Amino acid sequence: MAAINRDDVAHLARLAHIEMTGDELDRMAGELAVIVDAVKSVSEAAGADVPATSHPIPLSNVLREDVVGHVLSQEQALSGAPDAQSGRFRVPAILEED
Amino acid sequence: MDATLSFDEAIEKFDPVLGFEVHVELNTATKMFSSAPNVFGDEPNTNVNEVDLGLPGVLPVVNKAAVESSILIGLALNCTIAEYCRFARKNYFYPDTPKNFQTSQYDEPIAHDGYLDVELEDGTVFRVEIERAHMEEDAGKLTHMGGATGRIQGADFSLVDYNRAGVPLVEIVTKPIEGAGARAPELAKAYVAAVREVVKNLGVSDAKMERGNVRCDANVSLRPYGREKFGTRSETKNVNSLRAVEHAVRHEIQRHAAVLDGGGTIVQETRHWHEDTKSTTSGRPKSDADDYRYFPEPDLVPITASYEWVESLRARLPEPPAERRKRLKEAWGYSDLEFRDVVNAGLMDEIEETVAAGASASVARKWWMGEIARRAKLADVDPAALGVTPAVVVELDSLIREGKINDKLAREVLDGVLAGEGTPTEVVDKRGLAVVSDDGALQAAIDQALAAQPDVADKIRGGKVQAVGAIVGGVMKVTKGQADAGRVRELILQTLGVSA
Repeated sequence: MAAINRDDVAHLARLAHIEMTGDELDRMAGELAVIVDAVKSVSEAAGADVPATSHPIPLSNVLREDVVGHVLSQEQALSGAPDAQSGRFRVPAILEED
Repeated sequence: MDATLSFDEAIEKFDPVLGFEVHVELNTATKMFSSAPNVFGDEPNTNVNEVDLGLPGVLPVVNKAAVESSILIGLALNCTIAEYCRFARKNYFYPDTPKNFQTSQYDEPIAHDGYLDVELEDGTVFRVEIERAHMEEDAGKLTHMGGATGRIQGADFSLVDYNRAGVPLVEIVTKPIEGAGARAPELAKAYVAAVREVVKNLGVSDAKMERGNVRCDANVSLRPYGREKFGTRSETKNVNSLRAVEHAVRHEIQRHAAVLDGGGTIVQETRHWHEDTKSTTSGRPKSDADDYRYFPEPDLVPITASYEWVESLRARLPEPPAERRKRLKEAWGYSDLEFRDVVNAGLMDEIEETVAAGASASVARKWWMGEIARRAKLADVDPAALGVTPAVVVELDSLIREGKINDKLAREVLDGVLAGEGTPTEVVDKRGLAVVSDDGALQAAIDQALAAQPDVADKIRGGKVQAVGAIVGGVMKVTKGQADAGRVRELILQTLGVSA
């Protein structure tokens, strides 16, 4: 049973700001459904007693002292920007989302 | 257009339920995940490094001081500190974050299930339950350019400064607050003030609302009395002063009530507060948490807070604000009413600093609650944000006590200070405001005033000493208020041969 349908793909595409044609949505829905089914086998193997893993090595508290270190100059910071103005990155006007 | 309802009518018909998300910027030396400086007000994009810009191949590292500040906030809010928690990516596309995600915490906040006792203006204590306090990073600052209005609608492009990107934030989320009734707006203001007080008292944030160190999103929903299920809520953003919090909640309660009373339905959405019109406008429809596609941050390992670590931090907790208030009230010798007025005006810190800088408690209160509060009201800002510092108050008081200026001139000196003309002493010099206490100069004015009111002069000679006020007034008129009133009185009596 596919967990992903065409509407889910369209929704995800919108969130990811990716334009997709109808054909692409159909194809992707099928492919993603196969992938989701494949991943499902993991949850069959791992029972409720196995905690979700976000990191392969069981480390915790890798912390840094609160001391100022490396800083870029404004020129360096903006050097990779496609466009800049008044010391700031210049980006196209985007509808309000904050 | 919905028919409007007064606030009283709204509360009569509906039961308001509140909720708050308060973001607190920590005052660490560096950012949450990078060693770039956390400084307000510098030239744009000068406090950033590769991590803040989300450049490829960078690895964030958590700031230990920021974690400790977050635990302190959790403890001060009577929360349970999680023994184990993780960071998560909150994915969205907007140029305020160059990474296309904000590093935050999702279902594993560092602190959860606490409460904060909030004191209302009349002394009533209202307990606000805290759902969680989690760590995250601030976003960059956008300036929208062009367009007819200068607002984002119609803007041609935007400019981005990432100095604020990555600044450590703690977001404090309440559980739904029920039962506030007509006091909901007052409670809203008092709650945000209480959170601000807690973080300022801990020393973990500069807590200046006008700088965005403490920012509030206010959730409001209404339901008919007696119904358990909550109504649809709106989330009002950009309410960044205590007064705005109160006004925004009041406005939203009236707006919801008008819509519901007219048979309409409330849309779940974000609203934007506009200080100029004291109203909200519709923002975007509220995203579902799913839309942010949260997942555990793979570049960071979990935080584990051992019992020893948490207890060592607990031992560092300062005197709680409620206890501090009790102590200060006694030290200052104010009446209940006087002290409550000071607290409600948000001026406790200012008065404490003014007293510490050398003024008496009564002088500090006279200035902050009097002239400064009056001017703040006229300017429609919080008194603390007017621009008067404790040092200015102390200097004004010294100038008065030294007899260099009187109360009337002091107000004029304050004008000069607020106009950016320098310290009170500098303003006195520049504006030539010092009182005239030179006897020769005063005597001429006194003679003139006595000649103008011979009948009053006779009364004083006849023993009616209290009539001297009329002559003092005359002298003040001649000297344009710059005379030393005490000395004038002495000289008048001396001139008339009457003993005080």
